[in-house]
Amino acid sequence: MSVSVASTPPVPDATPPVADALPGYNYAFLDELSKKAIRRATLKAVCIPGYQVPFGSRELPISRGWGTGGLQLTLSLIGPGDVVKVIDQGADDSVNAVNIRRLVERTAPDVSTTTDTAAATIIQSRHRTPELPLRRDQIMVYQVPLPEPLRVIERREAETRRMHGEGDYSRMWVALYEDIVRNGRITRAAGYPVLVHGRHIMSPSPIPRWDLPKLHMAQNLSLFGAGREKRIYAIPPHTEVVPLAFEDYPFAVESFAGKACAFCGATDTFLVATPQADGSTYDVCSDTAFCADRVAAAANVQEDFPR
Amino acid sequence: MTAATSLATPTAATMDAPSTSHADTVLSVRDLGKRYGPGCPDCLRLTGPEFNRTTCPACGTVVACAEIAFDLRAGRTLGIVGESGSGKTTVLRSIYGDIAPTTGSAILRAPGKPDRDLFRLDPQHRRQVRNFELGMVYQTPQQGLNFGISAGGNVAERLLAAEWRRIARIRDRASELLERMEIPAGRMDALPGTFSGGMQQRVQVAKALANGPVLLLLDEMTSGLDVSVQAGVLDLIQEIQHDANIALIVVSHDLGVVRLLCERAIVMKNGRIVERGITDQILEDPHHPYTQLLVSSVNT
Repeated sequence: MSVSVASTPPVPDATPPVADALPGYNYAFLDELSKKAIRRATLKAVCIPGYQVPFGSRELPISRGWGTGGLQLTLSLIGPGDVVKVIDQGADDSVNAVNIRRLVERTAPDVSTTTDTAAATIIQSRHRTPELPLRRDQIMVYQVPLPEPLRVIERREAETRRMHGEGDYSRMWVALYEDIVRNGRITRAAGYPVLVHGRHIMSPSPIPRWDLPKLHMAQNLSLFGAGREKRIYAIPPHTEVVPLAFEDYPFAVESFAGKACAFCGATDTFLVATPQADGSTYDVCSDTAFCADRVAAAANVQEDFPR
Repeated sequence: MTAATSLATPTAATMDAPSTSHADTVLSVRDLGKRYGPGCPDCLRLTGPEFNRTTCPACGTVVACAEIAFDLRAGRTLGIVGESGSGKTTVLRSIYGDIAPTTGSAILRAPGKPDRDLFRLDPQHRRQVRNFELGMVYQTPQQGLNFGISAGGNVAERLLAAEWRRIARIRDRASELLERMEIPAGRMDALPGTFSGGMQQRVQVAKALANGPVLLLLDEMTSGLDVSVQAGVLDLIQEIQHDANIALIVVSHDLGVVRLLCERAIVMKNGRIVERGITDQILEDPHHPYTQLLVSSVNT
């Protein structure tokens, strides 16, 4: 395979100087009352793990569905001294991640951005949890397209709320039963439903099954924001997060047996297939920062791009 | 302990055990009434069979049923007969919890459990009672079954609500129940939409019986079936009742069904009970003019 290690580092985006903060805008773009309202919803979400708290989703300079829920959480939480990392499907260098990072940089003076997971205080993510275990002083913010895990089985919001309220989840279990009967296994790959704190069934956002064990009894706070659907929910630190499964059909993460990252050689990370011009694919770590760190450590060289 | 786990008092292990020692009276209904509308002091006085109306002329309130009282003993069957709009289904659905009655009480006595008033349970306990102690078979399969999931899945829903979490065991129990209802095991994973009307009703019965209820409610379950299929379903109901000692309430406008299944019956008209007693006695020697009309219209 002709993949050069040199191509691995994420492309650095042009970091504007802090003094470049947009004139005429409030700190972190949102006005103070909006941030207060979002923080109150967030606090309620932390108090009731897995419960979806409605909130007044604000207009942002990015479209709904492009991470506005996560961004509102990030903007309402950051303050001077914070270090923000934004990832999209594990990558720091996607257009969406770069633009969100740039917005944060321009509107929040004294907030820096990074691609280094360990250095970040707030990590906003779409569809992945970093491979590196997070610490208690870090906050994970997930962008959520569809917050309601019961929507697949019930269209009516009033009914799904009743089901959550009464803990009436038998129809969700029936859906999993039917999946096993028809397909021989639970086929749900991303957004696999989990039971949080033994009480609420929650959608973990479309992260792969691979990431679910990292949510269980995690050190860090995880926040989930759905801007379009106007919901915030949370997993506080040290909270039970159990994927729904049957005794004789237990939960299992994706298997990458026989595969390794083409860049860093990892066999213990979530791999994604990268297509090549000749139609073939090669596997690389989905978490680009984690991969780059390993490559750098292996080469024992300093990275040549800013963190 | 969390709310979700505290709800699961009847464990999967105990659900299989056949009910052995019922208290004598399973259900005591007193003063059951359901009104739709603001209500006024004259509602009860100005409605009922003597006026042949259920709508109060003073305030426009519909008195769907009022002053309904009866007892039901373990393993016995009560028939509720009456014309359309007489309040039969309102009574049944109030007991099952599909609608909230305006007045009255319904005390459920199940072995090993304290007496509970079904009309005063909070939603969680109400659902628990529906899942574990009551069974309901609706008039149409569309009301009682989910047509998007397999027949086995419909039955499994009850078992999953009772926290059964082993697929193999769930499938064993579901196929046992369906076979009991004469649905071949090979059809277990088929959608109910591919079944005949009689089979769909039998799936409903299997679902209602999944967790071993003490009281089974049948709401005109044979109305949509032809006579020969009807007879087969009724035979099965009788068998189950005999084997499992379940109390039954059968709502029907078909006097033949009530005569076959029920020792005792009540006759309703305009939301009130007009006659009650042993079924044969009511049918052979009806006292109330409405019952006389009902019986004579069948005989002619």
